[in-house]
Amino acid sequence: MTSQTSAGYEKYYVPEKSRLAACATIGLILSIFGAANIMNDMTFGDPGQETSSWTIFTLGILFFLATLFSWFRVTIKENIAGMNSAQLKKSYVLGMFWFIFSEVMFFFTFFGALFFVRNLVGPWLAGEGEGGRMNGLLWEGFTFSWPMMQTPQEAVGGAGAQLMANNGSFTSAHTSMSFRDAHSWWAWLPLWNTIILLSSSFTCHIAHMGILSGNRKKFNLWLAITVLLGLAFVYLQAVEYHEAYVEFGLTLNAGIYGSTFFMLTGFHGFHVMMGATMLLIQLLRSVLGGQFTADDHFGFEASSWYWHFVDVVWVFLFLFVYIL
Amino acid sequence: MGDHHHGPAKGLSRWLFTTNHKDIGTMYLWFSFSMFMLGGTFAMIIRAELFQPGLQLVEPAFFNQMTTLHGLIMVFGAIMPSFVGLANWLIPMMIGAPDMALPRMNNWSFWILPPTFLLLASTLFMEGGAPAAGWTFYAPLSTTYAAPSVTFFIFSVHVLGLSSIMGSINIIATVMNMRAPGMTYMKMPLFVWTWLITAFLLVAVMPVLAGAVTMMLMDVHFGTSFFSAAGGGDPVLFQHVFWFFGHPEVYIIILPAFGVVSQIIPAFSRKPLFGYDSMVYATASIAFLSFIVWAHHMYTVGMPVAGELFFMYATMLIAVPTGVKVFNWVTTMWRGSLSFETPMLFCIGFLVLFTIGGFTGLMLAIAPSDFQYHDTYFVVAHFHYVMVAGAVFSMSAAIYFWLPKWCGRMYNETMGKTHFWISFIGFNLAFFPQHFVGLAGMPRRIPDYALQFTDFNMMSSIGAFIYGLSQVLFLYNVIATIVAGKPVSDPKVWDGAEGLEWTIPTPAPYHTFETPPKIDPAHAHS
Amino acid sequence: MCFEAKRLLKLALGPVLMLVSAVVLAYGPEVNQVNMAPGVTAVGERIYDLHMWILGVCTVIGVGVFGVMFYSIINHRKSKGAVASHFHESTKVEIAWTVIPFLILLVMAVPSTSTLLEVYNNDDAEMDILVTGFQWKWKYEYIDESGENVSFFSNLRTPQSEIHNADPKGEYYLLEVDEPMVIPVNTKVRFLITGNDVIHSWWVPDLAVKRDAIPGFINEAWTKVDTVGVYRGQCAELCGKDHGFMPIVVNVVSKEDYSQWLSGKQAEAAAIKELMAQTFTLDQQVERGKAVYERSCLACHGANGEGGVGKAIAGSAIVTGDINKHLDVGINGVPGTAMQAFGGQLNDVDMAAVITYQRNAFGNNMGDMVQPIDVYNHKKG
Ligand code: HEA
Ligand code: HEA
Ligand code: HEC
Ligand code: CUA
Ligand SMILES: [Cu+2]
Repeated sequence: MTSQTSAGYEKYYVPEKSRLAACATIGLILSIFGAANIMNDMTFGDPGQETSSWTIFTLGILFFLATLFSWFRVTIKENIAGMNSAQLKKSYVLGMFWFIFSEVMFFFTFFGALFFVRNLVGPWLAGEGEGGRMNGLLWEGFTFSWPMMQTPQEAVGGAGAQLMANNGSFTSAHTSMSFRDAHSWWAWLPLWNTIILLSSSFTCHIAHMGILSGNRKKFNLWLAITVLLGLAFVYLQAVEYHEAYVEFGLTLNAGIYGSTFFMLTGFHGFHVMMGATMLLIQLLRSVLGGQFTADDHFGFEASSWYWHFVDVVWVFLFLFVYIL
Repeated sequence: MGDHHHGPAKGLSRWLFTTNHKDIGTMYLWFSFSMFMLGGTFAMIIRAELFQPGLQLVEPAFFNQMTTLHGLIMVFGAIMPSFVGLANWLIPMMIGAPDMALPRMNNWSFWILPPTFLLLASTLFMEGGAPAAGWTFYAPLSTTYAAPSVTFFIFSVHVLGLSSIMGSINIIATVMNMRAPGMTYMKMPLFVWTWLITAFLLVAVMPVLAGAVTMMLMDVHFGTSFFSAAGGGDPVLFQHVFWFFGHPEVYIIILPAFGVVSQIIPAFSRKPLFGYDSMVYATASIAFLSFIVWAHHMYTVGMPVAGELFFMYATMLIAVPTGVKVFNWVTTMWRGSLSFETPMLFCIGFLVLFTIGGFTGLMLAIAPSDFQYHDTYFVVAHFHYVMVAGAVFSMSAAIYFWLPKWCGRMYNETMGKTHFWISFIGFNLAFFPQHFVGLAGMPRRIPDYALQFTDFNMMSSIGAFIYGLSQVLFLYNVIATIVAGKPVSDPKVWDGAEGLEWTIPTPAPYHTFETPPKIDPAHAHS
Repeated sequence: MCFEAKRLLKLALGPVLMLVSAVVLAYGPEVNQVNMAPGVTAVGERIYDLHMWILGVCTVIGVGVFGVMFYSIINHRKSKGAVASHFHESTKVEIAWTVIPFLILLVMAVPSTSTLLEVYNNDDAEMDILVTGFQWKWKYEYIDESGENVSFFSNLRTPQSEIHNADPKGEYYLLEVDEPMVIPVNTKVRFLITGNDVIHSWWVPDLAVKRDAIPGFINEAWTKVDTVGVYRGQCAELCGKDHGFMPIVVNVVSKEDYSQWLSGKQAEAAAIKELMAQTFTLDQQVERGKAVYERSCLACHGANGEGGVGKAIAGSAIVTGDINKHLDVGINGVPGTAMQAFGGQLNDVDMAAVITYQRNAFGNNMGDMVQPIDVYNHKKG
């Protein structure tokens, strides 16, 4: 690969026309159309009626994924063919960086919502503070604590509950996810998840060192470990969700505690899956295709940044969802 | 890699599969104009219903759908894509880049839009009708009390956000990475600067909007209680999240317009922009402040008084950097050698009317007074002054200004000036009286009103039709220019215009800079 | 501080606005009003003054900025042979036009802050009224220490025929209600504002009160009216289909008239209590129920029970099924839909009547009925 240090001008590779964007659009639109229909069937639909929503969705998503696959394939081929100047690579770096920044803002929204309901709304509903000194009138008997183990609706109780702000029915959890018992810390899944994810960031870094020093074996090994740790995380998260639903009564309907809990951990979990998939693909590229060299392994680098980002989000989650 | 650069391919596939920034810019522009017509048609239905008191044309439920879709389509379908189109056309030409940084993604950002807006418009025909909770879709009206079409709306917003984020990433990467050697940041044309900052705003706030609609989705379908007090949530949480996006959004709309005006006024004053550096800093300050003023849309929700005061002071501060801009434009005209071709007329119209809209904005910022203004036609007047006379006028100016460069043909000046004057009169007739009815107590988003508001509403409707019809003239002028305008070939179409785009041949070749141009250090920014 | 300036501005702007209004004005004083009304409260007046003051400052700045601009437009045009000078950047000027606007803003912020604090001063209220927004009507509940609250709904009175242009529109078209809020003059009244379904906003321009009615939260606002009179306003937050049709009328009366009115209302409430204990015949129930249906249910379920926003009543499985289930829907609503819990809106007599009516109208010939006591028992659980 030539590098930009040479004084001469390197041509910036502007690809020829391409069907990728059009195909990706078709896939994307079909999948959202299908997904919206699935949800509407679920909430408003007639259970006895057959619909084709799932078919549309599945077709859409498969088409979308197939397009993404060939998109990346083309990009990788171009890179291997040496069409990418150092400048183009910098565009990719910038693209990845600002994409991650947008993801940060997405999580920021949910954290913001969490802080808002915990620090302001909860006390207001209980009739405290300048923002809600009269709210006690509506939610008589509601006292606020976090995690919220009794919804205002339940606090009012009985017939009264349905008579006001009739926007759904919310039954709170009976056990919180927070750390409870110092004697059984080893059974507290979030702690294990934290350890797993933090070490995966570390192993990912070792893999990076490996490829930087041209040691493919090291790279493959530690990358594989990283992916496995990611899967372990997802598995434990699934166990935890099961526990939450079955044993703790912590469901999506469990008032704002359930809402924020599942929203934050759910989107995080989804991002872990995406990150692990990305890393897995890099692993396959290396193992099967022998791709990546010490000075050209952007696909891996981008995925590893993403992985570190997902990890940092988890640290905040652990702190604000489980501990504080 | 051979150096085979051919011109555009033929037929539909040229547009569908293109990776060329000019093609993509063109598509954005035509798409946004068609959305402008659609959103404008909805506005005409609104104005026709409001021509007289009583219900004559549409039912209240449908009226609300019109208001909602009008706002959404104008903001997301007309204004934003139009400036993205402009950015696509101009940024590579202005900074000496061969194309956008990520051309295939660029095409994808565009092609997502048409089917998404089709989906959004198709909600009109769904059971229960289109979303009808306003373009601000406050929960729980937009969740528990919404028609099933809200699900389609939510996913549309997700995808629109995706398009905007990719578009912005592309612009950021282009500007940061593709400037020709010697084109330092402080030499970039202001249009590029304003777009760079706009792109930052977009990457920062579109995900927040996505978060807001995701919470809605969960509340509608999965039983969460983000926006329901019964479960410990708060409807006002929605408003905080929405306006955290929404306020920066209005600057997303206006900053590129500022950029356009900053290119055109110097050109027709034949004099450099008075304070380039301060314009850059002012733009950045506006962007920064836009993140800490959101709750000025929510003075009446019952925030604690300390919050109210904070948001009031922060909002008022925005007048300072915006003032810097206005003063700069005026000083640029001062002792220039002015001529008044159509682009300049639209810029002057912008300058006067946007400033008026800014003043009403400042009035709205005063929390105690806003208790009287909020959710009245005074607000409607305010934002049409800044968005129609601001963003749309500057867009018209931009088209007249750069069209000759794009297609190598000159538009008809008389027709252009006629377009301006009819627009100017129609616009003011339509929206100035709305200040009056608003102050007198007419709420917004109502299909019918008390009798004392009749005359001004009639004036407003007549003005709106005049303004709308003037757009037909605009469309005709643009098409006539492209098809049969007088050819121009001078690279510098306007004698006062400065900048890289005026050094390349007219019409601009399909591929602009194969090798980066030399930036003459004497020619700083235009 | 800025008092003199304010007066001057008012003096200067007053005639201008009046001139404008005189030109476009066609009839009476309120018609084609072009400016904010000063209102009938001390706070209203302060807000009005503040509004005029900011408007005045902006006008002055505008005249300055546009003056300079039009001067250049007229005198520095190329066609007149103007040659462009090439000056640019002047730190002094730029600092000036940053600092001066900032100072102007400071001056604006002072009266704004004090007015805002006044608006927020909810203390020492002499009486409380709980205002609840419903789709699409207001409920006023006078909170009484002894627990005997008076409460009633306030609905739009303008007939559909006027709205659909079949009849000529009356003077207070869309701004009239069947039962206005009544408050005493010269009394600090505190409004506790909330919403039952979606967000509404309670706004009476003359009182300068606008506060959102948010389901599940209570917002406070207050007024102290100086002049006896009838003041009209509207819901000011988009709340669905009939957002434009939920006006507010506040009747400010002398203190004597107020206490007379209040005892009248209390007597009415007592009368309803008596009815609760009674048993009615099917015909009585259907007659009363029809009126209740038309007032409270028709908007969603249609004149012939055919449905609309709500499901069809005619032939509905619930209406023609288990009577307790039907009663339950009426009292507790269907959570998560527009079907509200009417148990808090209708008294037991009306609830019994309307359920009975639905079971015996639109071809639902169930022949059974609900008595007020059944409703009472159902609510008790
Ligand atoms: C392009 C879009 C745009 C722009 C640029 C602005 C600009 C501003 N807006 Fe506006 N606004 C909207 C679009 C925009 N707005 C929209 C869409 C809504 C309604 C949304 C909805 O509810 O649907 C709205 C609503 C809105 C509200 C809420 C009203 C309500 O609902 O009750 C407020 C309140 O503070 C406000 C304030 C301002 C201010 C202070 C500015 C400032 O940026 C203006 C600054 C400019 C000037 C002040 C003029 C020039 C300055 C000088 C000449 C210097 C000297 C001047 C002084 C010292 C006074 N706007
Ligand atoms: C940039 C954004 C933008 C633009 C350009 C416009 C353009 C116009 N808007 Fe605006 N408007 C909004 C953004 C915008 N609007 C928003 C955000 C809201 C708030 C929504 C809400 O409350 O939720 C709103 C609300 C709004 C209302 C208040 C509705 C209500 O509260 O119920 C009204 C009423 O007059 C109105 C009128 C108009 C008119 C007459 C135009 C005109 O400028 C349009 C002119 C354009 C055309 C007419 C199309 C082109 C011409 C043709 C297709 C030819 C055919 C023409 C004829 C037959 C005449 N708009
Ligand atoms: C604001 C709109 C609205 C009003 C007013 C309203 N309803 Fe409803 N109603 C609905 C909706 C929506 C449903 C459907 C709920 C669902 O999806 O199950 C419904 C359903 C019902 C049902 C069940 C019908 C069925 O077959 O499932 C009954 C019974 C009913 N309403 C009674 C009443 C009564 C009695 C009143 C007046 C006192 C009333 N409604 C007023 C909106 C309304
Ligand atoms: Cu109630 Cu609008
Ligand atoms: Cu704003």
